[in-house]
Amino acid sequence: MKTLKMAIARYNPEVDDKPRFEDFHVPYDNQTSLLDALAYIKDALAPDLTYRSSCRMAICGSCGMMADGIPKLACKTFLRDYAGAGKVTLEALGNFPIERDLVVDLTHFLECIEALKPYLIGNTRTPADGANRQTPEQIAKFHQFTHCINCALCYAACPQFGLNPAFAGPGSISLAYRYNLDSRDNGKQERMPMLNGPEGVWNCTFVGVCSEVCPKNVDPAAAIQQCKVESALDFARSVINCQKEKEVR
Amino acid sequence: MQIITTDLAIVGAGGAGIRTAIAAAEKNRNIRVALISKVYPMRSHTVAAEGGSAGVIQDHDSFDSHFNDTVSGGDWLCEQDVVEYFVKQCPTEMVQLEQWGCPWSRKPDGTVNVRAFGGMKIERTWFAADKTGFHMLHTLFQTSIKYPQITRFDEFFVLDLLVDNGRVCGLVAINLLEGELVQIRANAVVMATGGAGRVYRYNTNASIVTGEGMGICFRHGVPLRDMEFVQYHPTGLPGSGILITEASRGEGGILVNKDGYRYLQDYGLGPETPLGQPKNKYMELGPRDKVSQAFWHEWRADRSITTPRGDVVNLDLRHLGPQKLAERLPFICELAKAYMGVDPVHEPIPVRPTAHYTMGGIETDSQCETRIKGLFAVGECSSVGMHGANRLGSNSLAELVVFGKLAGDAAVERCAEGHNASDSVLEAQAADVEKRLKTLMKQKGKERWGTIRDEMGLSMEDGCGIYRTAELMRTTCSKLAELKERVKNVGVTDQCAVFNTDVLSLYEITQGLDIAESMAHSALQRKESRGAHQRLDKGCNKRDDEHFLKHSLAFYNQSGPPRIEYSDVKITKLPPAQRVYGAAGDAQPKK
Repeated sequence: MKTLKMAIARYNPEVDDKPRFEDFHVPYDNQTSLLDALAYIKDALAPDLTYRSSCRMAICGSCGMMADGIPKLACKTFLRDYAGAGKVTLEALGNFPIERDLVVDLTHFLECIEALKPYLIGNTRTPADGANRQTPEQIAKFHQFTHCINCALCYAACPQFGLNPAFAGPGSISLAYRYNLDSRDNGKQERMPMLNGPEGVWNCTFVGVCSEVCPKNVDPAAAIQQCKVESALDFARSVINCQKEKEVR
Repeated sequence: MQIITTDLAIVGAGGAGIRTAIAAAEKNRNIRVALISKVYPMRSHTVAAEGGSAGVIQDHDSFDSHFNDTVSGGDWLCEQDVVEYFVKQCPTEMVQLEQWGCPWSRKPDGTVNVRAFGGMKIERTWFAADKTGFHMLHTLFQTSIKYPQITRFDEFFVLDLLVDNGRVCGLVAINLLEGELVQIRANAVVMATGGAGRVYRYNTNASIVTGEGMGICFRHGVPLRDMEFVQYHPTGLPGSGILITEASRGEGGILVNKDGYRYLQDYGLGPETPLGQPKNKYMELGPRDKVSQAFWHEWRADRSITTPRGDVVNLDLRHLGPQKLAERLPFICELAKAYMGVDPVHEPIPVRPTAHYTMGGIETDSQCETRIKGLFAVGECSSVGMHGANRLGSNSLAELVVFGKLAGDAAVERCAEGHNASDSVLEAQAADVEKRLKTLMKQKGKERWGTIRDEMGLSMEDGCGIYRTAELMRTTCSKLAELKERVKNVGVTDQCAVFNTDVLSLYEITQGLDIAESMAHSALQRKESRGAHQRLDKGCNKRDDEHFLKHSLAFYNQSGPPRIEYSDVKITKLPPAQRVYGAAGDAQPKK
């Protein structure tokens, strides 16, 4: 069986000041994923190797990490793709505080999701009223943005999030935008203040790497750009309203 | 040790746990709910469910029809009053999810669409393309954010329950990131911890589906019911076990052997239906147990295809065309490409049966409460009596929300009663949990938990697979007894307090051995064939209602294998009959 050298960033907060690299040699075939390789290392070589994983089929979003500096899902990235280089380097997901080895602290990401109110607002139907009608065309407006698996690869890729850790970031903004676009929702005005605010969409300089690294083709960059248009319109409206108020006075 | 006081503690934040939490918050606006999970909610295994969720919606469908399909699909081992409640609540819960934002697939007029599913006489499976579990889980998680009553404890691993005088009083968990133990005191606890598919070597389940929630209740004396019934899903990818949804067949996909022959017609599911015209309860739309059993026979007859990752048959979707595949089955196309290098538009997908679902679980009454007052169980970890000897596809996602709602409502009422456990008793129990964890951390020896896990998994495949014999089951029982000794010699390497997955994996696998034993011994003692429990040995290869129209109950036994007892099955309106599909099903006289 072929083997690949894997350099893995290790960090034990009780011992280490900063991450250090440890090399492992892992046998692989055409189907071996980075996650399979980590499981092999944990079973056979280093039981204290620490990483998150769950579904191993690219739907739960647990196993985001940096492979040769690029954010990847370990379960959907394969050792075969590094055969040419003969080596791959794995590090914890960028732009987040490292807790241990390949495990980062995602608290900020979760807090941003929560703050942006990703749920239907202002729709008073109850099950007794029956389902809302929503045509395929209405669904198509937001459907792409429902596919986010919360893996946070886009945060690791985003240079602006690297510079400003308070930025709400691509993932949570896409999710807020998904609800803004949903014909069943009336909550846009509750989400706009944060989207317009200092942690919101205007942090983005449209580098676009968030969409490049997204393993589910959600295209958060598009969500943010469209949100900027909304935000600008929102601003224009508020200026006009302000002037109208002055005229009335 | 820190003590957090709440009203209701829910263990597990998948579909069942979150639905329970929301129900409790809606029932009592002043309640405090602790939602505790060893992973972030969206990592829970509900996320991987693909095909859909059942609920009668079409005019020509009926609750009776859904009831009959479920009870006969379960080979008459379902609690019929529970199924009756379930089928009536399903549509309400599906609409509720819609009103929380779930992007159900729709018809052009904007109404919700449904698809065909195995063992269901009429199309009643609500779906969101082929990522239904994903969309349901994210909808529930996102909706849960709006309830201030719910406090999440993400990445808290529950080690044990606090129980005094037959009344649950809370639990002890470890905060993974801090490495510290915490007591969460509560008036009621709901277990929503999922199944135990990972006790099998090849399975469709996430790595977190290790069964310790069942194990904790088991050790507190709550029986595990009907554990011998483990579902093999007919279509997993070879090697990885990754699930290829039954909706592939619901949309018209066919299964063929190495000769290109649709072999299901030879196993009581025929006659063959025309390509592109799937017929409910015929051929590829048979129930999972029978479709997996048919594979076994083809494999034994040397008509499957041998690959380096095991024998397979072909799931052919090519005739559906690229447009329908993109609309209805995008995820399985993505999976087949990424993990098999196969594009279903142009090639069939190699598949084989793979352990998938734990029909049995923590015994509860029809209100989801266990024999320990205030302790509830819901979802795959539970046995409320929904699935009998074989679950129908799309009944489990619906179960999460129907019984999550019920458990949440019932638990709120139980919370109101409070309990009068003595603080010192609970403190002593918590101290004992801490001591056991410290002892486990210091455990020394040459064994590795990975080896124990793999040997357990292979032994379960051998002894408790699609077909079973007394001899094979006995071998598995002996093997599990051996592993239970050897697991005491697993050395723990990792001594770091933060996110110690070395010691917690050992904890999961130790509990998994208990669960595996409950499955193997329940299976060995059920001397008949029913649903997913099929025996080849003489005298056991037919259903035997006279002796085994019973639930099995496995009770924990500290000094050896579990004690197996039996309880009655509640039959209200559909008496046991022959279970038939295909043309034989249509020929059966109607009641």
